[in-house]
Amino acid sequence: MYKIVKKRQLNSAVTLMEVEAPLIAKKALAGQFIIFRVDEKGERIPLTIADYDREKGTVTIIFQIVGRSTMLLNQLEEGDSIMDFVGPLGKPTEVDGFKRVAVIGGGVGCAIAYPSAKALFKNGTEVDMIAGFRSKDIVILEDEMRAACTNLYVMTDDGTYGEKGLVTDKLKELIEREGRKYDAVIAIGPVIMMKFVAATTKPHGIKTIVSLNPIMIDGTGMCGGCRVKVDGEIKFACVDGPDFDGHKVDFDELMKRNSSYREREGHDRENCRLLKGAAENA
Amino acid sequence: MPKNMSPKKVAMPEQDPNVRNKNFKEVALGYTPEMAMEEATRCLNCKNKPCVSGCPVNVRIPEFIEKVAAGDFAAAYEIVASTNALPAISGRVCPQESQCEGVCVRGIKGEPVAIGRLERFVADWYMANGIASPVAPPKNGKKVAIIGAGPAGLSCAGDLAKAGYDVTIFEAFHTAGGVLVYGIPEFRLPKSIVHKEIDNLRALGVKVMTNMVIGKVLSLDEVFEMGFDAAFIGSGAGLPSFMGIEGEALIGVYSANEYLTRTNLMRAYDESYDTPIIKSKAVAVVGGGNVAMDAARCAQRLGAEKVYIVYRRSEEEMPARKEEVHHAKEEGIIFNLLTNPVKIIGDENGKVSGMECVRMELGEADASGRRRPVAIKDSNFVLDVDTVIMALGTSPNPLIRSTTHGIEANKHGCLVVDESMKTTRDGVYAGGDAVTGAATVILAMGAGKTAAASIREYLEK
Repeated sequence: MYKIVKKRQLNSAVTLMEVEAPLIAKKALAGQFIIFRVDEKGERIPLTIADYDREKGTVTIIFQIVGRSTMLLNQLEEGDSIMDFVGPLGKPTEVDGFKRVAVIGGGVGCAIAYPSAKALFKNGTEVDMIAGFRSKDIVILEDEMRAACTNLYVMTDDGTYGEKGLVTDKLKELIEREGRKYDAVIAIGPVIMMKFVAATTKPHGIKTIVSLNPIMIDGTGMCGGCRVKVDGEIKFACVDGPDFDGHKVDFDELMKRNSSYREREGHDRENCRLLKGAAENA
Repeated sequence: MPKNMSPKKVAMPEQDPNVRNKNFKEVALGYTPEMAMEEATRCLNCKNKPCVSGCPVNVRIPEFIEKVAAGDFAAAYEIVASTNALPAISGRVCPQESQCEGVCVRGIKGEPVAIGRLERFVADWYMANGIASPVAPPKNGKKVAIIGAGPAGLSCAGDLAKAGYDVTIFEAFHTAGGVLVYGIPEFRLPKSIVHKEIDNLRALGVKVMTNMVIGKVLSLDEVFEMGFDAAFIGSGAGLPSFMGIEGEALIGVYSANEYLTRTNLMRAYDESYDTPIIKSKAVAVVGGGNVAMDAARCAQRLGAEKVYIVYRRSEEEMPARKEEVHHAKEEGIIFNLLTNPVKIIGDENGKVSGMECVRMELGEADASGRRRPVAIKDSNFVLDVDTVIMALGTSPNPLIRSTTHGIEANKHGCLVVDESMKTTRDGVYAGGDAVTGAATVILAMGAGKTAAASIREYLEK
């Protein structure tokens, strides 16, 4: 059992939890993930590690309520325990050897982009972070992100906070108008956002790393559920990724595959009163 | 005792095919003591005992069968258990027809002795009759780490624990058992049996640590730093193979590993569990091994109206256990033999709506000695399915070899071992699918056993 030592609601549909997992905390690196199972009858669900504290022996996860398992996890409180918590899985994000990097997060993806920005910034890399949200009321981790980069640009779709526009608008502006020279762009968020970030950087030949979130079960290189097509070849996000070259990923295929259980997820949400308001605001 | 010269095995009671293809309860119900004693008298106790050398763990078959015939089931169990750590499991899942029963003298004229059924009977009788759990022997002070709680690791752990070693199993999943719990379905191997066998190991003093992905949470070097004197790697099968045809990324295309993991480990068939699985109307399972049969039979039990096996060779070349093929047919699985998929067809939502296949014929023998299937020109047709399950085999799990120095693998990713199951690194042994690629439970158990003997030799010299 893995004890929850801290729980914080970041917005109506996004929760942060700090979990006691000393072995994982000792090894975790930015870009890696854990798999949790809430109880005996629960699914195995992957979540990217948002932060870790090697001394305290804790790992922080940030999750959005999507279906039944994230809903059940969200019902646990400080002092409660998660039945299974395994990791760190996957390959860490490449953070060495860059002078200047743009890190882009979209929505709850900012929770995953943040540790990469932090690791890069700590390495002495100049980090421009672009964080995109739909609206002001779902902005998360602003202070944390600001402390982990050189420049933070918050974008909202509706202009209620930061600048109005998409993350790709800002990225284009920084590259084309401001002439920023990036050694790499790291993009984490909705698949559609990562697809357009990759399309934006491609003409400039900027290395672009995306962190993929396919459906996964075991997460240890066994079931093959998390397969994605990269450069025409089948790759497995759990052991070959989750980071891949954004210019080579087949995003359309990933979007389709991620919708495999959408009806079931919708059913779970509709059938849970607790969740209803939260999911609508996400 | 007079010999029973019937050319046929005593039949084993089974659930009716049209009842069992809608539930996940065990198909074969097992012998009664009377049936077992009757079948046991079919064994001639012949001089050469080909069955013993046909068994990967060399169970002393005629000896235990003699005890069954005499009604001394406890003595029979002792004989089986002395060389086989998991008899209730192997009695159910071994391909006996290509091992012990395949070389049985009685098989020359008529059916061989039902060795598998008798082994299962003896093990089940022992479990049911509440004989005291095994007692942990005094410890010899040496520690062995076992990576993976599947059949290879469990049998290695059992042998070492019986010899007084302090054994810890590191399991990546949330539960022990490996393929016995994620792969082989409940109706063929009830999980309660696997759990009992593992409880027996715990009674012998074996520790099982779950959620321990070695190569990630701890490296093998760190395991040794924890004070272990030797290690056995039984990390099992890895990533599934696909055909490389168009449409394999459509919604509704599963690897058999994923389909079986959802169904068995994560209990998608039980409404009280949260695991989703696609509710299929018509399913094509591509492949001809045990895994293909398991996936097809699970799909039918999950409610599919039509389930097809699509296999490019003929039934004769099918690697599945004969009994599984027989059971699958009885349950209504449709066999499309000498048929090969060409592409999977999708609808506008990216979901499977059919699978185009081509008919095959057998040509010259290939490297495996089997006749090579060749496509028949212009024989293409579309199979009307909404789900496709690829059961084409796996490659070994990559996590340990990619994170551990000094352990060599071949070009297929299989760990390299010598005949003692020692890897290229001192003190580290390996066996099972991690070494052979996808194979059988009993071969993995045999490898675990050989490794246990080698580890003893290494640590006791």
